[in-house]
Amino acid sequence: MTVFLQQLINGLSLGSVYALMAVGYSLVYSIMNFSNFAHGGVIMVGAYIGYFAMTALGLPFWLAFIVCGLGAGLLAILLERLVYFPLRSRSAPFLYYIISAMGASIFLENIVIATIGPTFRTYPQVFATGPIQVGGLAIGRIDVFMIIVAVAGLLLLTLIIEKTKVGLAIRASSYNIKASTLMGVNVNMVIFTIFLLGGVLAGYAGMLFGMKYTVYPQIGNITTKSFIAAVFGGLGSLPGAIVGSVLLGLLETLTAAYISSNLRDLIAFVVLIGVLVIKPSGLMGKLAEEKA
Amino acid sequence: MSWYYIEGILINCGYVLMVVLGLSLLTGFTGLFSFGHAGFMAIGAYAAALCTLYLHIPYIPALIIGGLAAMLAGLFLGSFTLKLKGDYFCIATLGFGEAVRLIFDNVQALGGARGLSGMAMKTTLPVVLTVSAVAVAALVCLINSRHGRNMVAIREDELAAQVSGINVFRYKMMALAISALYAGIGGGLLAHYMGYIQPAMFKMVKSTEYTIIVIFGGLGSVTGSVVGTLLLTFLPELLREFENWRLVIYGLAVIIIMISRPRGLMGGTELRIGSLIRFFKNPFGFFRKRGAAGEEGGQGHA
Repeated sequence: MTVFLQQLINGLSLGSVYALMAVGYSLVYSIMNFSNFAHGGVIMVGAYIGYFAMTALGLPFWLAFIVCGLGAGLLAILLERLVYFPLRSRSAPFLYYIISAMGASIFLENIVIATIGPTFRTYPQVFATGPIQVGGLAIGRIDVFMIIVAVAGLLLLTLIIEKTKVGLAIRASSYNIKASTLMGVNVNMVIFTIFLLGGVLAGYAGMLFGMKYTVYPQIGNITTKSFIAAVFGGLGSLPGAIVGSVLLGLLETLTAAYISSNLRDLIAFVVLIGVLVIKPSGLMGKLAEEKA
Repeated sequence: MSWYYIEGILINCGYVLMVVLGLSLLTGFTGLFSFGHAGFMAIGAYAAALCTLYLHIPYIPALIIGGLAAMLAGLFLGSFTLKLKGDYFCIATLGFGEAVRLIFDNVQALGGARGLSGMAMKTTLPVVLTVSAVAVAALVCLINSRHGRNMVAIREDELAAQVSGINVFRYKMMALAISALYAGIGGGLLAHYMGYIQPAMFKMVKSTEYTIIVIFGGLGSVTGSVVGTLLLTFLPELLREFENWRLVIYGLAVIIIMISRPRGLMGGTELRIGSLIRFFKNPFGFFRKRGAAGEEGGQGHA
């Protein structure tokens, strides 16, 4: 039972960081109908910004944390302006977005390798290494921090989407982008906002992963998992992305604990295919109909 | 550059071309996108290698068996996922490709992460050239047949194709199966060129690379795929001294092509011997004419 609870907590912390990344995918998908594979690059750069803010600039942790979010958000907006905007103004098919996104992801990963180097880097220690003991359970401090950041970030995001005027515009555009443009919604503003929000959360996810493990140029590959989580929950649905992430995190840690850690990744992809075959709209998504 | 080195790159081009041709049929002519072709390649490579290693089947039949194994996998995948719309199919292929790699990675009987080794290195330049020539000829015949035209109709407008009485599901399935067959043969060639195979050779990045080559060469053009394969296989070799920067340039080039010339090098047009002769007779007039025709051809893909 203790082992199970322990794994449950590990799964939750993993799943909560997946959720931070998955909402970025879902936000972009809900408005622009394509899977933004450059998201991994933003996460990786976020992890590096946090690392260098703390080591090279010597900033205190909380300041580095803020800088990391801002930097990653800025990068996401830049990507949108430089890569997707020209495609958008030509109303290119979704495929061109995906290919450009993959190009951007190759570009980001390799420019980091070429300039900073492919070595693994460890974050300076922020939290004490000893776990918190709660009735026989050993909970890592970083795991607690991950869950707190994820919950706070996702709550804030939900508030923005549900309560603000920009949020209303985002929700309207996700239903029907043409109609909302006719109603006076500034689509450029909406897309700017979703990339900013997604980018900031992605930066934090990168920094959290970097703190828990290490920072390296391929760290962005972890987004494949959050992408699966987004599909699992239903592409384009925010609550779906969160639920899907937590479930995937739990599934992965439980597989690693009870079956085999080698099968962890396989399980994730089997879930992906299974969901697509049985219920392509995911747990809570709306099924995307091809526009005739 | 020594001939030995160039020969190696050409053989590389050969097996890449097989996968790219298959993908060209699927993506360029039928309008379906796949990010899992490395998975089909892996199945072909493992099947062919197992045939020559343990069953002592000769090389060429083993290649064909590898291709057929990949084709079966394609039919299996297609029967579940081809009814999906939008980019869900694309996501499903991505999951398939990675799942295949991870299965090979975990099955110890197939060598696990170390893979298989000890295959006779029978993939030589003459073999590659012959296989490529047959593959290109077969693909051109298919595309110019009634079946090929049906596939193009699906690419242009699925709904209209269905209304015109084309069995959309059947033709998508056919395109996927033939595409997987090509990828599987490509995998077999790779296995018998390197002499060993490992699951790490078939990562998702590879699938992306093949899709990028198809797009770079131009959607809906067989010669475009051939030229694209040659250019994009030789280019990284020529840029080898820049080491880390070459992939930076590669990524940048992909974005720039998508933004500025989305039709690729020769989307929708083919390089023909007749037009080459015209080019040498009157280069300036040739480009004027070809430019105009190209614009018309481009409309369909926008």
